[in-house]
Amino acid sequence: MITVVKPGLLTTVQDAGRPGHRASGMPVAGAMDRLALAVANRLAGNDPGAAALEFTLMGGTFCFEEGAVAALAGAEMPAALDGVPVDSRSAFTVPAGGTLTLGVARRGVRACLAVQGGIDVPRVLGSRSTYLRAAIGGLEGRALRAGDRLPIGPPPAVRFAAPPRPFPAMALPGSPVELRVISGPQEDRFAPEGLETLLSATWKVTTQNDRMGYRLDGPAVRFRDGADIVTDAVVPGAVQVSGDGKPMVLMADCQTTGGYAKPFTVIGPDLRRLAQARAGDEVRFVRCTQEEAVAALEEERAWAST
Amino acid sequence: MRIRAQGEGGVVVELGDAIDPAVNARVHLLARAIRERLGGDVLEVVPSYRSLLVIHDPLTTPRDRVVERVRALADEVERAPAPAAGRIVRIPTRYGGVHGPDLADVARLAGLDEDEVVRRHAAPRYLVHFLGFTPGFPYLGGLDPALATPRLDSPRARIPAGSVAIGGVQTGIYPVESPGGWRIVGRTPLRLFDSRRPDPFLLAPGDGLRFVPVDDATYDAVLADVGSGRHEPEVEE
Repeated sequence: MITVVKPGLLTTVQDAGRPGHRASGMPVAGAMDRLALAVANRLAGNDPGAAALEFTLMGGTFCFEEGAVAALAGAEMPAALDGVPVDSRSAFTVPAGGTLTLGVARRGVRACLAVQGGIDVPRVLGSRSTYLRAAIGGLEGRALRAGDRLPIGPPPAVRFAAPPRPFPAMALPGSPVELRVISGPQEDRFAPEGLETLLSATWKVTTQNDRMGYRLDGPAVRFRDGADIVTDAVVPGAVQVSGDGKPMVLMADCQTTGGYAKPFTVIGPDLRRLAQARAGDEVRFVRCTQEEAVAALEEERAWAST
Repeated sequence: MRIRAQGEGGVVVELGDAIDPAVNARVHLLARAIRERLGGDVLEVVPSYRSLLVIHDPLTTPRDRVVERVRALADEVERAPAPAAGRIVRIPTRYGGVHGPDLADVARLAGLDEDEVVRRHAAPRYLVHFLGFTPGFPYLGGLDPALATPRLDSPRARIPAGSVAIGGVQTGIYPVESPGGWRIVGRTPLRLFDSRRPDPFLLAPGDGLRFVPVDDATYDAVLADVGSGRHEPEVEE
C-alpha cells in the first residue's frame, strides 16, 4: 500500500488506455507519454502497459508501507528517498516505511512512476486509466489527494527485462517541438494558404492545455468553407481548427467525436513530445508519409514491448 | 464513398456529406459488416452521422490492405437490401419540475404549452445516430422541429446524469454528470452508462429510442430498481 502524503498538481493512475469502446463514446485515456509509461514499467519489471502514476509538472510525497521496486521515466523530476537523492533513471528499491519525494519537473511536464506489481485499482472496461471527465477508472475516477491509499499488485509472474540504457528515444524534445503529421481527413476544407500557414508557422502552446487537448496560438488559418463539419470520429493526435482559425491537438482524453475540420493528424509516436511541452513552448508541424510514421511506431514498439 | 487517413492507424470512410437517416443506416450496416468480417484486420470501428473511422494496427495490417478490404465490403453492402428497423429502447422520463427545469422555457420559446411539448417530445421513434461527447451519450435524430430551442447562453457547470435535454435541433440524454448548454426538459432514472453492468452501455449506435412520460411514483420505483441492479430496460423489437 502507498499512502499519498502530498499528491502534486495533477496525479492520476494511468495505464496503456481503454481502447475498444470508442463506438460507445468512451475515450481511450491512458498515459500521455506512452513511451515513458512503457520504459518506467520495464525498468520496474512490469508489463509495459501496467498501471502507474502520472505526474503533471510536479511530483509529490508518497509513503510506502511495504518495500517496493520503483522506476521513473518521462519528465526530469528530482527524486529523493527519505531525503537522499536517487538516480531515478534506473529502477530503485524503496524500503518498507520509506518516503519517496518527487519535486518540480526541470524539463518536460509528465513523468510516470511505475511500481513493481503495478497500481492495483479496479479495472473499468479492461483498463485502470483514470478518465477524469466521466470520473471513471483510477482511484474513484479522480486525481489523487492527500491521504489516499494505493494498493500495489502482486509481482508479475514473468519479469520483463529492463531496456538497455541509455534510452535514446526517451530524449525530451528540443525547441521548437517538431510534430510529424499525416495528411487528412479534411485537408480539402482549407484554403491552400491556410495549409501553408499551418505548416510554416511556429505555434505557441497556450495555457489551455490538458489531457484532452493542447490549444496552440499563432496566425489565423484560412478555411475554404468554414470550420464546422458534420460531426465525425476523432483520435488523439487529430489537429482540429476551430472557427477562430487556431489549431488544437487532441490528446489522450479527447472525446471520440468532434465537429471541427481536421487538416491532418499528429502521428502516435510524436504525441509524447507535445505531452512534454508546456505553455509558451514552440511547436511546428512537419509533413510525413505513412512509411515514416510506421517506422517511428516500430521504433516505439521496440521499447514498449519485450 | 471517399476514403481518407486519420493518422497512421485510422481509415475514414465517408458515405455522404449530410445528416441523413438513410446514410446513417448504411454507416451502421457497413460498421457491422467490418466488425463481423474484418475482425482480424481491424481493431475498432467508430460510426458517426455519415462516416466510419476504422482503426487498425499499421504494423500488423498495412493501410493498403485495410482500404482494399473495406472498399470491397462497402461495395457488397451497397448492393444489399435495406436492413429491417432495429430495436427500440424505451426511456422512462419524468418531464418538468425539478427533473426538467427548462421545460417552461422550451414551451414558451416554442409557443406551446408544457403538455404539448412533452407530447411532441415523446411521440417520435428517435434514431441513435452514434454515441459521443461523453461515454454513452446518444446523438439522436428525429426531434420535432417545433421543439428546436437555442442552447443556453452560458452552459451549466453540472448537469445531473440522466438529464434529457434539447440543444438546437438536437435532443439527447446526459449519461454522466457533466457540463452542458442544452435545455433540460426531464430526467430518466435509467443509467446510460454504468460500469458495474456486464455491458455498461444502455444504447448502441443504430438503436431506435422512445421517451415514455412517467409520473414521480414510477420514476422513483424505476430508480430504486436501477440502483439495486434489478432493472431490465424495456425494448420494443
